[in-house]
Amino acid sequence: MTTYLITGARPYGGEPVDLLLKDGVVAEIGKPGTVVSTSSTNESVSTTEGVEVVDADGLVALPGLVDLHTHLREPGREDAETVETGTHAAALGGFTAVHAMANTDPVADTAGVVEQVWRLGREAGYCDVFPVGAVTVGLAGERLAELGAMADSAARVRVFSDDGKCVSDPVLMRRALEYVKAFDGVVAQHAQEPRLTEDAQMNEGELSGRLGLRGWPAVAEEAIIARDCLLAAHTGSRLHVCHVSTAGSVEIVRWAKSKGWPVTAEACPHHLLLTDELAATYDPIYKVNPPLRSAADVAALREGLADGTIDIVATDHAPHPHEDKDCEWQAAAFGMLGLETALSIVQATMVDTGLLDWAAVAERMSAAPARIGRAEGHGRPLAVGEPANVVLYDPSASRVVDAGELASLSRNTPYAGRELPGRVVATFLRGTPTVLEGKLA
Amino acid sequence: MKKHLLSAADLTRDDAELILATAAELRSLADRPIKKLPALRGRTIVNLFFEDSTRTRISFEAAAKRLSADVINFSAKGSSLSKGESLKDTALTLEAMGADAVVVRHWAAGAPHLLANAGWSRSSVVNAGDGTHEHPTQALLDAFTMTRHLGNLDGRRVAIVGDVLHSRVARSNALLLKTLGAEVTLVAPPTLLPFGIEGWDVETSYDLDAVLPKTDVVMMLRVQQERMTLRGGNFFPTVREYSRRYGLDGRRMATLQDHTIVMHPGPMIRGMEITADVADSDRSVIVEQVTNGVAVRMAVLYLLLGGSEPAVSTGSTNATEDTK
Repeated sequence: MTTYLITGARPYGGEPVDLLLKDGVVAEIGKPGTVVSTSSTNESVSTTEGVEVVDADGLVALPGLVDLHTHLREPGREDAETVETGTHAAALGGFTAVHAMANTDPVADTAGVVEQVWRLGREAGYCDVFPVGAVTVGLAGERLAELGAMADSAARVRVFSDDGKCVSDPVLMRRALEYVKAFDGVVAQHAQEPRLTEDAQMNEGELSGRLGLRGWPAVAEEAIIARDCLLAAHTGSRLHVCHVSTAGSVEIVRWAKSKGWPVTAEACPHHLLLTDELAATYDPIYKVNPPLRSAADVAALREGLADGTIDIVATDHAPHPHEDKDCEWQAAAFGMLGLETALSIVQATMVDTGLLDWAAVAERMSAAPARIGRAEGHGRPLAVGEPANVVLYDPSASRVVDAGELASLSRNTPYAGRELPGRVVATFLRGTPTVLEGKLA
Repeated sequence: MKKHLLSAADLTRDDAELILATAAELRSLADRPIKKLPALRGRTIVNLFFEDSTRTRISFEAAAKRLSADVINFSAKGSSLSKGESLKDTALTLEAMGADAVVVRHWAAGAPHLLANAGWSRSSVVNAGDGTHEHPTQALLDAFTMTRHLGNLDGRRVAIVGDVLHSRVARSNALLLKTLGAEVTLVAPPTLLPFGIEGWDVETSYDLDAVLPKTDVVMMLRVQQERMTLRGGNFFPTVREYSRRYGLDGRRMATLQDHTIVMHPGPMIRGMEITADVADSDRSVIVEQVTNGVAVRMAVLYLLLGGSEPAVSTGSTNATEDTK
């Protein structure tokens, strides 16, 4: 196994150091120029022979990112994404682990399907794939899937979600929360009251009325989050709230946390940047679930992410084939790509605005999501003896997003043609590069 | 004027007044024995209808034919649930056939917008009603009808009554009438007003009886029950209660000012939002709206397809003569 010497990188944006990645772990960290000489005296190696040097002068080093919310589409929609292409996209985005959502075809509601996804991830090798198990059979919201079997399978599922659909039945949600306690699981809720959002197309506001697109009221999200927070308190079980999108939701989560309840929450990059005004283009590239909200909601999400009310950033990477977006808004699929642009959007909205430093970014995009998802070996600090999951990022770079250059099989990025800051230069998974010089290794 | 007519908001006051003036010239044709003009000879206009609408399609067809355009009617079945040929492929087909203008009616809000802006076609696009979004030529024919009875619309009060939530007619009228200087009041039960209407720059009222004596125009909207099945229905308790509170009957008509006209974009549900005695009364201009629709659509097609000369020649067109 090749040993890598990363020179001049700035862990969490701090002072430059050299890092030696050896045998899958961070073997040494030291001032620039000191690491190899140290090791050479110890191991009688007088040159850097056998050691690949990666010049990371000026680059920010972060622990490998962890996405708690990815749609890899396999099995079933291999025309949109596969585990292989999705993990390529993840690696290029700086991720070393992704949680693959359960709304595949067949649904990941049995040990067999989650093991298949897990195995495909192992074979691809570009990042670790942690399958998410469905809460209910077929995502139908009627009866519990075999959560225990998925937890005990080779995939060791700890995150359960009907994402794409809401577990709206309060009794079923209560039972799911209670049941997953047996194996330290978490229920990740897609908070969307179904009756309030029948055929909903965009954020309900003045604009939805003008555009004649059915409104998706904030209350449809907030009512479910409030109910679930109360259920989490009542059962003492872990609740994770997917893709929080409204100011009211942030308030409710803040209140639940103030009570000490076991609630965590995520925000998506697109909800930190884009607003519902984009729906006026009628371009379905901006159609997403939950919908893009108002500028006030965007500001509240940023504030919530900064003060820790929102624990993590998760991409909700949702690939769709071109024909499902090249059509009428109402007929188009919900969702947008996210893996390859997430860190840039977080830089633009949170770092460059002074709301978060790089250490806090590492907490929200690596340590906390790994903790919530129980992704062992991920989200660990950049320290000697820890797994060598590292991303090297150049925050001074900038690029214009070209949908055609993305590694994802799909092209539905809302950022095509936009200039975004930053660039992932290299990603290491347990000491092996998955990305070098901005390209798949 | 812009190349497309997608929304009533696309029209400046000058644009709207030019269309109405052109329509007035063309309206006179309706009284002539020969109703046809050569203005668009050799041009191709496609009526592309993704949603059933006999009256609007016939109106556009008559308008195009009276201008001597070639008309192709294209009815494409399909809904969001049962997708047939995609809008894109349909557009590419029409482009290949060389359509100069596409008149589109679609169940999806924004479909004409997409057709005009997605780069699939070079045709002019006329929105003939898209979902619950807009229906700008209906607003133009309504404004035209109002001006024929009331003259200039500056300061005139127009009450639009009924199912505003699902009405593209109400949206386009609210925009256009504002442009033309009229004051619009939307009257409906709170469940049938769009969310966020406070930002629309129109008056709203839940009380029809309070609005009627002050208005110059009362426009009744059809209750679109077919659009109410989703979102759980229950927009109002019963048809009877709706009629009692928001229907226009003879008793309510008696509270109108003498000059006030009654309009309805059709199709009417007699006995629900309007009673037969009102629909057939002297105040009703509902049939005239249909006649005016042809003239207004002629004006729109003529102006969009580059008509810069007057549509109707005003006599002999003398060549410039040397005055020496």
